[in-house]
Amino acid sequence: MVTVMLTESQAWQVLGDVPDPEIPVVSVVELGIVREVASRAGGLRVVVTPTYSGCPATEVIADSIRAALAAAGAGAVDIETRLDPAWTTDWMGDAARDKLRAYGIAPPSGTAAAGGVQPIRFVAKSQTCPHCGSTDTERLSEFGSTACKALYRCRACREPFEYFKPI
Amino acid sequence: MTQRNTAAPGHIEYVLRLGDNALILGQRLSEWCGHAPVLEEDMALANTALDLIGQARLLLTHAGRLEGRGRDEDQLAFLRGERDYRNLTLAELPNEDFGRTVVRNFLFAAFQVPLYQRLTASSDAELAAVAAKSLKEARYHLSHAGEWVIRLGDGTDVSHDKAQAALDYLWPYTAEFFAANPIDDAVSAAGIGPAWHNLEADWEAAVVPVLVEATLTVPARTPFASYGKFGRHSEHMGHLLATMQTMQRTYPGAQW
Ligand SMILES: [Zn+2]
Repeated sequence: MVTVMLTESQAWQVLGDVPDPEIPVVSVVELGIVREVASRAGGLRVVVTPTYSGCPATEVIADSIRAALAAAGAGAVDIETRLDPAWTTDWMGDAARDKLRAYGIAPPSGTAAAGGVQPIRFVAKSQTCPHCGSTDTERLSEFGSTACKALYRCRACREPFEYFKPI
Repeated sequence: MTQRNTAAPGHIEYVLRLGDNALILGQRLSEWCGHAPVLEEDMALANTALDLIGQARLLLTHAGRLEGRGRDEDQLAFLRGERDYRNLTLAELPNEDFGRTVVRNFLFAAFQVPLYQRLTASSDAELAAVAAKSLKEARYHLSHAGEWVIRLGDGTDVSHDKAQAALDYLWPYTAEFFAANPIDDAVSAAGIGPAWHNLEADWEAAVVPVLVEATLTVPARTPFASYGKFGRHSEHMGHLLATMQTMQRTYPGAQW
C-alpha cells in the first residue's frame, strides 16, 4: 500500500475547508482553532485549541479534522490539544469577520486584550447590526445559542442578531 | 502506574480543590436547565455550568496525572466517595431560588477571578494554562451575576428581601474560602498557587461595592465554620453525589 502524504501547506488548505460545526460559514482555521500543522513520519500532527473550556463542539471539531485529512490522503493524524496561549477572538482575521457579518452574526468589536467584559451595571455597548448596519441596537441576553455568542436586537430593522463576544 | 508521582506536597490536593469547586457548582447549576424563570437566564445558567464543567474536566485530568495512579477525569468525578471531594461547601448548597443561585454565582465568581489571575503565574505550566483560559470565563460570570445582584437587590421589595435572605444564608460559608491550612502554605511556598487566605482583600474589594450598590446589607462575620475543602461536607453533598454518580455507579465504565 502506498500512502499519499500531504505536505503541511496542503494540509492547511484542507483544514481551511473544514467548517466550524456551530458557525459553518467560517472554517476552523479562520476561527484560530488550528494552531499548528507538522508533518511527521507516516502522517501529520495537528495542534488545536478549544474556544471555551466546556465547548461541546471540541470533540466534533477533532473528528471533522481527522475525517477531512483522511479523505485528502493524509496518513495517520495525531491531534494534540494545547491550552496555552488561551484562544482569543483576536485571532480572527478580517475575512472571517466579514463572513460572520454576511451570515448575520456581528463579529467581536474591539480586541479582547482591551477588555471584552465591561464593568458591572453598564448599559450594554451597542453593536452594529449585521443586517442593516444601524448602531441603534439593544442586548437581549448575555448568552446566546452557543457559549461564544450573545443575543441582540436591532431597533432600526427590528431583526434579532447574534454577537460574537470578544474574549 | 502510568507515571511516577513527582508532585510537591499538597499539589494534588490543591488542584482537586480547584477542580471540585468547578465540578460541584457546575452540577448544581445544571439543575436549572429547563427550569429558569426566563429563557435568557436558562441559557445563561446552562452556559455557566458548561464553562465550569469544562474547567473541572481540565483540572481533574491534571490532578489525575499528578497523582500518577491512572485515574482519569471520569474516575475522579464519578467514583470518589463523599469525603474525597475537596470543593467548598458553598458550591454544594441547594439552589433554592433564582436569587440564591445568582448571589452564590456572584460570591463564587468574585473568588475565582483573583484566584485564576494569580494562578496564571503558577510554576505548574499546565495549571497556569488552565487558569488563563478559565479566567476569561470567570470574568464574564462575575459580570453577569453581579448585574443580577444589583437588579434584584435594588429592585422590588420582594426581590430585595429574597436577595438579602440569600446573602445572609450564603455569607457564613464564604469564610471557608479563606480558612488557612498547611496545604495552601506548602503550595504557595512552591510557587504553584496563592494561599487562599491572601485573596480575601481582593474578594472583598470586588464584592462589597456591588452589594452596596444593590442596597444590600453586608452581613457581619460570625464564628460559623464549614469544612468542604477539607473533605467534611454538608448534608446536601450526599444527595448531589447520588444524582451525579448514578450512571457510573450503575453502569461502571459506561461511555457516551
Ligand atoms: Zn438592523
